Amino acid sequence: MKLLRIAFGLVIVFAASWAAARVATDKRRSGHQDMGEALQKMQDDDTANPGMLFVQLGGQFWAKAAGAADKSCADCHGSAATSMKGVAARYPAIPQGAEAPLDLEGRINLCRTENQKAERLPPESRELLALEAYVAHQSRGMPIAPPADPRLGAFRARGAEIYRARQGQLNLSCAICHDDNAGKKLAGVTIPEAHPTGYPIYRLEWQALGSLKRRLRNCLVGIRAEAYAYDAPEYVMLELFLMDRARGMTLESPGVRP
Amino acid sequence: MDRRRFLAGTAAIVVLPFGPASATPEAMAEAIRKVVGDAAVTEGRVTLDLPPLIENGNTVPLVVSVESPMTVADHVKAIHVFNEKNPQPNVFSARLSARNGKATVGTRIKLGDSQKIVAIAETSDGKFWSASADVIVTLAACLEEST
Amino acid sequence: MANVLVNAPKTAKRGAVVEIKALILHPMETGFRPGTMGKIIPRNIIERFTATWNDAEIFSMDMSPAISANPFVSFFAMAAESGTVRLRWTGDEGLVVEERVAIAVE
Repeated sequence: MKLLRIAFGLVIVFAASWAAARVATDKRRSGHQDMGEALQKMQDDDTANPGMLFVQLGGQFWAKAAGAADKSCADCHGSAATSMKGVAARYPAIPQGAEAPLDLEGRINLCRTENQKAERLPPESRELLALEAYVAHQSRGMPIAPPADPRLGAFRARGAEIYRARQGQLNLSCAICHDDNAGKKLAGVTIPEAHPTGYPIYRLEWQALGSLKRRLRNCLVGIRAEAYAYDAPEYVMLELFLMDRARGMTLESPGVRP
Repeated sequence: MDRRRFLAGTAAIVVLPFGPASATPEAMAEAIRKVVGDAAVTEGRVTLDLPPLIENGNTVPLVVSVESPMTVADHVKAIHVFNEKNPQPNVFSARLSARNGKATVGTRIKLGDSQKIVAIAETSDGKFWSASADVIVTLAACLEEST
Repeated sequence: MANVLVNAPKTAKRGAVVEIKALILHPMETGFRPGTMGKIIPRNIIERFTATWNDAEIFSMDMSPAISANPFVSFFAMAAESGTVRLRWTGDEGLVVEERVAIAVE
């Protein structure tokens, strides 16, 4: 109980500090602003942005019946343009009847098992990423708006702790790169502020679409830390923290990043 | 010698017996010779548009434009792009005609390293024009390792 | 249905020069990269892209492994008469993908 109260306190402090930061001019930068003009253009043009191929694919999966229930996403949710608008801007969230928060992928898989009576889609599988991209795309241009649900506070605070904790053989925390040294160069690239504004992203390094989870795993491998298991709650906690940190920034999904 | 370069060097030695020989400036010159034959290649008329600093060599936007009226009597027949250091010297060969109205072709290419890129245009009078660009490919940080 | 995105104007003035852009989902595996077990991943590329306007070829591109994954091609075409632009990608592993777009010329 005491821990929970501390966590709540922390969240309020974070919320207050971010609100104060926003009152002053917003200096936060999306990774989009750190890219060269050519890559910005690639993201901004829907026929040039390879992520749009996955959005298109996701639209096909959206309409395709799956599982023992033989239902498609569209059978329940209708047009994603209306039913999914804003969803990616507020996730991770705690679904009805659940106690722990889920990220968008987790929510899609919950729908698969509960409503479609289908198998979970494997992490980073093309179908899961395509569906996620399709859903996230419906919120493109909207401000990131994490829900007010007080139950999320403790999870978010834990995410903040992970963000600031040194780990791995290089003994680095997320904050050391992305708060203290953001904007400086690491090898040839600008260290971004790590705002999850464009996920799932088409990362040129991957030559494919990938999730925030994949990106976080890359960072963990980069600092020579052991990545959490794919289904570990730590990723969701980190995402809760990062989305709150990026509150009010514009969602760009699908983003292009080097 | 930094660690990455050392590792890259080791990888090259390990892969070499199975892998193909890399393109070289000589291989590029030979590939160009195959396309132009004995004809002279004049620098000019061609614009090669690449970002000055390449953030990731996997996907490099490239646009080649050639000054031409693009009429039946005077047009660009082909645009070829070559590189020095990828495993093969050829990047692409595009065929055009007066039907294009404008001799501009865009695509995205892979570049394994900083190197020279050459674009050659063949005009309907059988002449060859060229442009080249030296590109710098920066190393990406925090590469994914297969797990 | 293959995953292709094409951007071409639906209408054009006679004689206007229009841009056609196309993007296709494809790995463009070079055949030079070793996989996780050290074995070379077999080459799988698109070898050729062609565009026809009412069945007359207006543009083609021979591609090499140096073309990026999920290839993007842009080119221009003079709008001579109303009709169908047919884009075709062919390559390794028997790949044949076709996409058509209609352009009305006024």
